[in-house]
Amino acid sequence: MRSGVISPRWLPLVGPAVLLGVWALLVATKAVSPILLPGPGVTLQHLWTVILGGSMAVDFGATLLRTAQAFAIATVIGVPLGVALGSSEPLYRSVEFLIDFFRSTPSSALIPLFMLFFGITDFNKVAIAAFAAVLVVMFNSAYGVMNAKRTRIMAAQVMGASRWQTFRDVLLWESLPQTFIGLRSGISLALVIVVVAEMFIGSENGLGHRIINSQQVLNVKDMYASILAAGVLGYLLNVLFLLLDKRVVHWSGRA
Amino acid sequence: MSPGTTQITIRGLCKNFGAAPLYRDFDLDIARHSIVSVFGPNGCGKSTLINMVAGLMPFDRGEVLFDGKTLRETRIGYVFQNYRDALFPWRRAIDNIRYPLKLAGQSAQEVERRVEQLVESFQVTFDLNRYPYELSGGQQQLVSIMRALAPQPEVLFLDEPFSALDYEMTLFIRDRLQQVFIETGTTMVLVSHDLEEAVWLADTIVLLTRRPTRVAEVLTFDAPRPRDIASLTDPVFLRTKARALEVFQREVRKAEGEA
Repeated sequence: MRSGVISPRWLPLVGPAVLLGVWALLVATKAVSPILLPGPGVTLQHLWTVILGGSMAVDFGATLLRTAQAFAIATVIGVPLGVALGSSEPLYRSVEFLIDFFRSTPSSALIPLFMLFFGITDFNKVAIAAFAAVLVVMFNSAYGVMNAKRTRIMAAQVMGASRWQTFRDVLLWESLPQTFIGLRSGISLALVIVVVAEMFIGSENGLGHRIINSQQVLNVKDMYASILAAGVLGYLLNVLFLLLDKRVVHWSGRA
Repeated sequence: MSPGTTQITIRGLCKNFGAAPLYRDFDLDIARHSIVSVFGPNGCGKSTLINMVAGLMPFDRGEVLFDGKTLRETRIGYVFQNYRDALFPWRRAIDNIRYPLKLAGQSAQEVERRVEQLVESFQVTFDLNRYPYELSGGQQQLVSIMRALAPQPEVLFLDEPFSALDYEMTLFIRDRLQQVFIETGTTMVLVSHDLEEAVWLADTIVLLTRRPTRVAEVLTFDAPRPRDIASLTDPVFLRTKARALEVFQREVRKAEGEA
């Protein structure tokens, strides 16, 4: 094998370094007006300052809390409902169109509708995000159960497991890898919707609120810093779920 | 524990696949304390037969009784061809083996005693605290055989249990199965596509025709156990195997002639 210029362990840093370089270059050459794009150095420094100052923590925390609430609601409703739907093929087939339809509908399109029902409340933001996530979670759990390996079900039955025991000891476990895929997509979706809702449904805090506010007053440094913070939040949630997935559904993809 | 009275009676079994009959009024007796191999042309429904008898597949008409009891009242074990799909990957190997015992409501003590017995009679040298996907194919199949035998079934069904294993592992597991049979006399019904193995393990070889499937011939092979590699060159073994091959080829040709 050809030995590269860079040790493989540093390779993941190449992309970000190039991005920062291009960013710095664009600013240095004034290819983009500094009013629209401040340099990476000042942006990161500003991010650091607002983190230390505590104001970013408030918005970061607010968005995280709303996302977590929406996700919790989606999980508590979506997983049991999905597993129940998946256990009965006729039942699933009869609601499949509804799930697929609303899953394909951009949830942001429903924000005005939710505003009619819940007003401009904090709960509204959580509700719309939960709605978006619950469909993904439910759909994946249902598919996990429906795609359970026939042989494993037969193995349990031949050992004398009752219907309930087969459900508890086989179907539920068989659905877990797919359920985790649903949970991971669900939390990402919840974050997207929470940020959008914070922008457009009157809000006093949250990353979405902060991004749109700094844009309105042309505080671009803060806008970029907040976008980066939102990116960090999304990335961390994704990593968290990948780690959970590895631990909880350790057999996924290996059996 | 020599093969004796009839344990499983299959009477008037009918099964259609679509419009085509697979089994029509199929009768078969399986003797207690014997190993029965089922062998036949491709697509004649060897696995379907044991799946119907073991209750994994419904049949259209007919009756299967175990000592006059229904399947529901009978404890059976089943070893699948595809051990990877049959084991529970979320349970450690040892918990897979414990599972049917726990289903049967045995106490922790009883469960452990039985598991120890199995470990001993299968001469397990690998770590049963691993997950199935961490074991080799042969080890996984060994675990699924132990799981099937754990509740001391009255009949053990094996559907091509060695077809995904290498030869070395096949020889080892065959030998362990024989040992378990010598110790316990558990009736075993084996589907095999390997004639040598079908004869070597068995007391009775059931040769099937093409569909609609009937019994072409039933052969007996009564060489004393334990049988070993030398048994494979024993004149009686060779004669039985030759006869089985003759019947098999006759059935294959017959079907071709009809087609």
